Amino acid sequence: MRAYSFTQPRSVAEAVAHGGAGTAFLAGGTTLVDLMKLNVMTPDQVVDINRLPLHGITLDRDGLHIAALERMSDVAADRTVRRDYPMIAQALQLSASGQLRNMASIGGNLLQRTRCGYFRDVTTACNKREPGSGCSALAGINRIHAILGTSDDCVATHPSDLAVALVALETVVHLATAQGARTVPLDAFYTLPGTTPHVENVLRPGELITGISVPRSPWAAHSLYLKIRDRQSYEFALASAAVALDVHRGIIRQARIAAGGVGTKPWRLTSVERALAGRPANADTFESAVGNAADGARPLTHNAFKPALLRRTLIRALITLQERG
Amino acid sequence: MNPDDDDVGHSRSGVSRRTVLGSTGAVAVAGSLLATATAADAAVAPDAVGAPVVTVRVKVNGELRTVQVDPRVTLLDTLRERLGLHGTKKGCDRGQCGACTVHVDGRRVLSCLTLAATTDGREVTTIEGLARGDRLHPMQQAFVERDGLQCGFCTPGQIMSAVGMVQEGKASSDEEIRERMSGNICRCSCYPRIVDAIKDAQKVMR
Ligand SMILES: Cc1cc2nc3c(=O)[nH]c(=O)nc-3n(C[C@H](O)[C@H](O)[C@H](O)COP(=O)(O)OP(=O)(O)OC[C@H]3O[C@@H](n4cnc5c(N)ncnc54)[C@H](O)[C@@H]3O)c2cc1C
Ligand code: SF4
Ligand code: FES
Ligand code: FES
Repeated sequence: MRAYSFTQPRSVAEAVAHGGAGTAFLAGGTTLVDLMKLNVMTPDQVVDINRLPLHGITLDRDGLHIAALERMSDVAADRTVRRDYPMIAQALQLSASGQLRNMASIGGNLLQRTRCGYFRDVTTACNKREPGSGCSALAGINRIHAILGTSDDCVATHPSDLAVALVALETVVHLATAQGARTVPLDAFYTLPGTTPHVENVLRPGELITGISVPRSPWAAHSLYLKIRDRQSYEFALASAAVALDVHRGIIRQARIAAGGVGTKPWRLTSVERALAGRPANADTFESAVGNAADGARPLTHNAFKPALLRRTLIRALITLQERG
Repeated sequence: MNPDDDDVGHSRSGVSRRTVLGSTGAVAVAGSLLATATAADAAVAPDAVGAPVVTVRVKVNGELRTVQVDPRVTLLDTLRERLGLHGTKKGCDRGQCGACTVHVDGRRVLSCLTLAATTDGREVTTIEGLARGDRLHPMQQAFVERDGLQCGFCTPGQIMSAVGMVQEGKASSDEEIRERMSGNICRCSCYPRIVDAIKDAQKVMR
């Protein structure tokens, strides 16, 4: 691990004053410490943000607000979240392990890095880790990789479960630098790899995530997160579905749908949402509405199963949600 | 983490982090390499002369310890190499197996992904701190009675994780125990007996 300077500021102002290129903020450390040990992340300066007052889970007229340092386990166990935003609690509960959820923060979760094995191995070529070096996954082992939003330079998935649920619910993320604060929709926060896969989001050097807000909606309380993986627990998604429906007298008024495990970023499926709106909430509707979910997919050598898996995962999620009532 | 962690740190250790770290929290730079893990561990071996050192005052199993650490060093290596507590095991060192599970401020966490420098003012409990004198913790007792181990390498992590799990809320089924203990891998595959032990222990735990 490369040497770095280490600071423990107590205020957001102090933390962002430290920020800049070469700075890494340390929250739970479950991504950062792991990747620093592998020499994949090599910051000059680590700023421990755990002393900052970025705590609190609150519900008000606008919606749900979660501060950046809230831990995954605390948000998953929160009564308000479980009642009014069940898919958020489920996405968290199905992530990682009990120990990791006690450590990992909401801000850090949104910035976790891909689990592409080549990205984690500094002896291989990887455009995301080392721009211009090539992509070992394209002609290598790519079973867990993405089919949507990929480019010739990178096909890695974004691994967060939480982010999939949050993108479906039109969450915004609050950011701060020394120059001031701004708010960005989470969907626009993440960028596609294109020719610059080392850039994953619009975060500026030294910019801090202070929290997120999830708007109120008629569908958030009627929502579900379904995760399909190689083993039943403690594993990343091969495919996942975040589905929310506003159903009135058996007719879907509006839907919010996103998928994980298939895209280079959390994948909102507005075409499926439109195909569901105004139709009866039944298996026939679900079956036909997800027909185009994988349009534009570019399967790789080992993940040709993913378009079908995505469609079946979406259908099962919608049917399960509807059966739960 | 809860908002009053800082108060815990101040009141119990009697030391303000500010006085230790200075008002901006910047660390002092020492001329020598005081605190690194074993030379055999390349991951934490220093590659810069004059690496910074952080003073950490941490309660370990009820006893206040002061250690000076390189900010790269993990809590796991600090426990094993500096504090002589070898009960906590290093399996993967990557957050994937659970062998290194300890409690920090009463919550089960992975010590291999926790930087020692972040534990200043906190309370750490390891497997060595679980028994009360000669009396085993109910979870330890249950692992013995149920024979919840073969080689025993994963066992300290299993027990610390299981105690943390029950404290988070008792499980109502075998399936729930398996799900909530999935962060602890056992190469000997003792899982059925581990589940039995946890069921026994949670009956007598508060
Ligand atoms: C074995 C294992 C299994 C896992 N399984 C899953 C899974 O199934 N599903 C899933 O979703 N995740 C999974 N994870 C990933 C885990 O959820 C993330 O590592 C975690 O959420 C990151 O949060 P953290 O607080 O530990 O972040 P850190 O490691 O502290 O930080 C991560 C990154 O974000 C930056 N950062 C942190 N906080 C801020 C902030 N407030 N502002 C700006 N930058 C910040 C850091 O500089 C760093 O670059 C797994 C991880 C492991 C090790
Ligand atoms: S898929 Fe992306 S992260 Fe993986 S090797 Fe290719 S460039 Fe690197
Ligand atoms: S040694 Fe920490 S999880 Fe494996
Ligand atoms: S008892 Fe051998 S690894 Fe669990």
